[in-house]
Amino acid sequence: MSAPDPTVAIQGLIKRFDAPDGTPFDAVDAVSLTVRAGELTALVGPDGAGKTSLMRMMAGLLSPDAGTLSVLGIDVRADPQSVQDRISYMPQRFGLYEDLSVQENLDLYADLHGVPQAVRRERFGRMLEMTDMARFTARPAGKLSGGMKQKLGLACTLVRSPDLLLLDEPSVGVDPLSRRDLWKIIEQLIADERLSVIVSTAYMDEAERCAQVFVLNRGRLLAEGSPEALRRRAEGLTYVAEPVAGLPPRDVQARLIDDPGSIVDAVPKGGRIWFIRRPETDEAALRALLPDTRFAPRAPELEDAFMLLLHAHEDGDGTGGTGTPAHEAAGRDGGGDIQADDDAPVIVVRDLVRRFGDFTAVASTSFDVHRGEIFGLLGPNGAGKTTTFRMLCGLLPATSGHLEVAGRDLRTARAQARARIGYVSQKFALYANLSVRENLDFFAGAYGLSGARAQDRIGAVIDQFQLDPRAPSGILPTGYKQRLAMAAGLLHEPEILFLDEPTSGIDPLARRAFWRTITALARSGVTIVVTTHFMEEAEYCDRIAIQDAGRMLALGTPAEVRAQAGGDAADMNAAFIAIVEQGRVDDRQDRHAA
Amino acid sequence: MSGRSGFHTRLIALTRKETRQLLRDRSNLLVGLLLPFALILLFGYGLSFDVENAPVAVVLEDRSPGARDIVAGLDGSPYLAPVMVASMADAEALMRARKVDGIVRLPVDFSAARAAGDGRVQLIVNGADSTTATAIEGYVNGALQTASLHAADRAGVGARGGVTLVQRTWFNEAGNSRWYLVPGLLVLVMTLIGAFLTSLLIAREWERGTLESLFVTPVRPTEIVLSKLAPYAVIGAIDVVICLICARFMFDVPIRGSLLLIIFASLLYLIVSLLLGLFISGATRNQFAASQMALLASFMPAMMLSGFVFDLRNVPLAIQIIAQALPATHFMQLVKTLFLAGTIWPIVIKSCAILAAYAVLLAVLTRRTLAKRLD
Repeated sequence: MSAPDPTVAIQGLIKRFDAPDGTPFDAVDAVSLTVRAGELTALVGPDGAGKTSLMRMMAGLLSPDAGTLSVLGIDVRADPQSVQDRISYMPQRFGLYEDLSVQENLDLYADLHGVPQAVRRERFGRMLEMTDMARFTARPAGKLSGGMKQKLGLACTLVRSPDLLLLDEPSVGVDPLSRRDLWKIIEQLIADERLSVIVSTAYMDEAERCAQVFVLNRGRLLAEGSPEALRRRAEGLTYVAEPVAGLPPRDVQARLIDDPGSIVDAVPKGGRIWFIRRPETDEAALRALLPDTRFAPRAPELEDAFMLLLHAHEDGDGTGGTGTPAHEAAGRDGGGDIQADDDAPVIVVRDLVRRFGDFTAVASTSFDVHRGEIFGLLGPNGAGKTTTFRMLCGLLPATSGHLEVAGRDLRTARAQARARIGYVSQKFALYANLSVRENLDFFAGAYGLSGARAQDRIGAVIDQFQLDPRAPSGILPTGYKQRLAMAAGLLHEPEILFLDEPTSGIDPLARRAFWRTITALARSGVTIVVTTHFMEEAEYCDRIAIQDAGRMLALGTPAEVRAQAGGDAADMNAAFIAIVEQGRVDDRQDRHAA
Repeated sequence: MSGRSGFHTRLIALTRKETRQLLRDRSNLLVGLLLPFALILLFGYGLSFDVENAPVAVVLEDRSPGARDIVAGLDGSPYLAPVMVASMADAEALMRARKVDGIVRLPVDFSAARAAGDGRVQLIVNGADSTTATAIEGYVNGALQTASLHAADRAGVGARGGVTLVQRTWFNEAGNSRWYLVPGLLVLVMTLIGAFLTSLLIAREWERGTLESLFVTPVRPTEIVLSKLAPYAVIGAIDVVICLICARFMFDVPIRGSLLLIIFASLLYLIVSLLLGLFISGATRNQFAASQMALLASFMPAMMLSGFVFDLRNVPLAIQIIAQALPATHFMQLVKTLFLAGTIWPIVIKSCAILAAYAVLLAVLTRRTLAKRLD
């Protein structure tokens, strides 16, 4: 065996940080791994798994506390600059200079890497073509959409062909179309230049494209191998259930996920429910759990193996990082099932338009949302979701059109409408240096609750979301913060809850728990309007709307939207891409015709 | 392509980037070019210890020609504006209403007493404003002395024994406080512009995450420091020229030392000041904290402790030691010397050596804050 030197060789690597409360913890805990040259390698794991720390150590930006680490045959600790001269690294938040133009950003990185002029011309041309940005070279980077920024970041990282490319979650917060474009670029470069690439990701379909996958959780390496090898770990445990007509898939999913003793994981997918049984659960037990529902085995996916590994690690550890959902209390509040198809809609939107100067952010949009419905607002970066959302919450006045929320016209009675809605913003908008209890006290006051009623409600949400009232809010894990934000948004018992990308940056386990809470709230009669980048989350919604460039492209149940996208679009991601692309083609034809 | 051979390419690329960012950030450019003007006008015209046309109530209880001579002497002074009042009570009322800053009273027996060689004039000043009070005291004294000399002249009597003080002020002959303050303004402007402009530069890159991307390239920390210094040094040099032109032509401050040396010393101090801002920026990694720190660590002490206004020999020892540790103090001394006294080489050499040492120290410290590490 005369294998070439490994690209990365790690032995017993440890990186220790101080937690916000002062106790040290190992962000990377005795990890040993070898990355082969000329391959695409994935690091997968939930938030806080240690992926970013590991990458930063490979890039020489963090020094390990113990263990050995060699990259391209160089001891990183001894000579970080030599490594940095030869690799390219794209951090999670690529630092574009926002006041410089696209071209100036590219030139800067080409100069820093010493790319000769002759090579540069050819390289830039190709990069701009692949990223579809040739038209925008003079535009300041700050004025690009999120997806475009990410593509420019990748282009800046790839101004030259490095010996090793490190990509830290390149697709986080990026819409499915931009995500697909990013991966096209990466895969083409691997094919053309035999690049060695290490990519960290939370998306299993991305890990599936890699030759080698490392699964990490809370600093530990749980498993490694090719996607096929990892998939086999879930063999025989995976099933698909077909709910009887009229029963929402998410109700079946809720029943399954509420029984963690027999079920590892369950998600709604394409109108059906995909689930994983525990190895010790037999089919008879499953039949008892799903008496009126047909289910059958299915082939395992990488995600199944991933969830299995994560659950095993969390269970074995006993500390259970994410906590259990608080749906029972939420479910009881409303007193039984309330059907989504109540008569009067709680949100009525007719011909809604919002312009910023010459730019039309939202063009003539109409839809209704009914009581107890979960309504999803989807679209690529810059589609007008956020603008629509802000108008619905009364944060932004509409240019024209009719807008009615909770029976109030938002043009004339904005304050009354606002008292009936709750809003949970994308970023953590609570006071980090106040405790959980102090934050809730403040928000109760802000919503006009006082005295016994305020105390009742604060007590109720603390129970409902199982919060520790004394914990300082700033140092809570992301999943906890999300629960606290939800608790604050629900203090005044709103009829409608608006959630703006609530799950971005949350790990899959916390996301399951989060959606379980949402579906329980909807059952108790709260109407939910939610935006998301995770297309599989659209499956939890009763109805979804897809927007692009301010226009409404699709509106209906997930099944209807999939049907609109065409026959073979089995999953939401493919349906979304098909609809947005078709919308763009139509738009271009309209403009040609005009 | 890496290592030393790429140094020039990378330095030029980074400097071009910094220059573009500077030119596109209007607010920063405004601070850099307009603030010096504002400061010069504010301090040059607003801050002055000279008293001109101070209103003084004169109570003339003795109406003899001798007493009138004294009043004429007060009237002739450009610094005083006598207001004749009928009685002491009126004068006190004016003083309470802050209409006048002092009272000069010539008692009924003034002429008689003077003839006997014991003429007394009462002067009351408003101690609430001690600077003005001291100035008025001096002016009234001067006017009285002139008046009595005139009287003696006319009487044809020589000075009768005693000692006459012949006073002269060196370097600032007119005792004009503007001469004393305007050179110090150069120090304040260089301090504020330098530290304030650069205090945001590294912190901004930390906050926006641009440094993480920049670090994993062949870039060396020294190149980052130099590229951030260059464009702001140009802005600072423009400010030096603005300050010098204003000092010479707006405030008529003499330049008695070498102009070239003043420019050289200012540029040296400018580098120290820019590096201090950069160091604070790199050490705090937070734009808000950095700008606050820059203000506290550079501008405030330069204003209070460098000898800009207050003589450092009159402050407690601890404060003196702190003051001596400030680069601003050494530059202040140097600038005042070069403007008003001339080129005194021992002071020039000592101050420049100290400033150069600071520049080197701060450059090393700043470079260290840019070591390519996130932990």
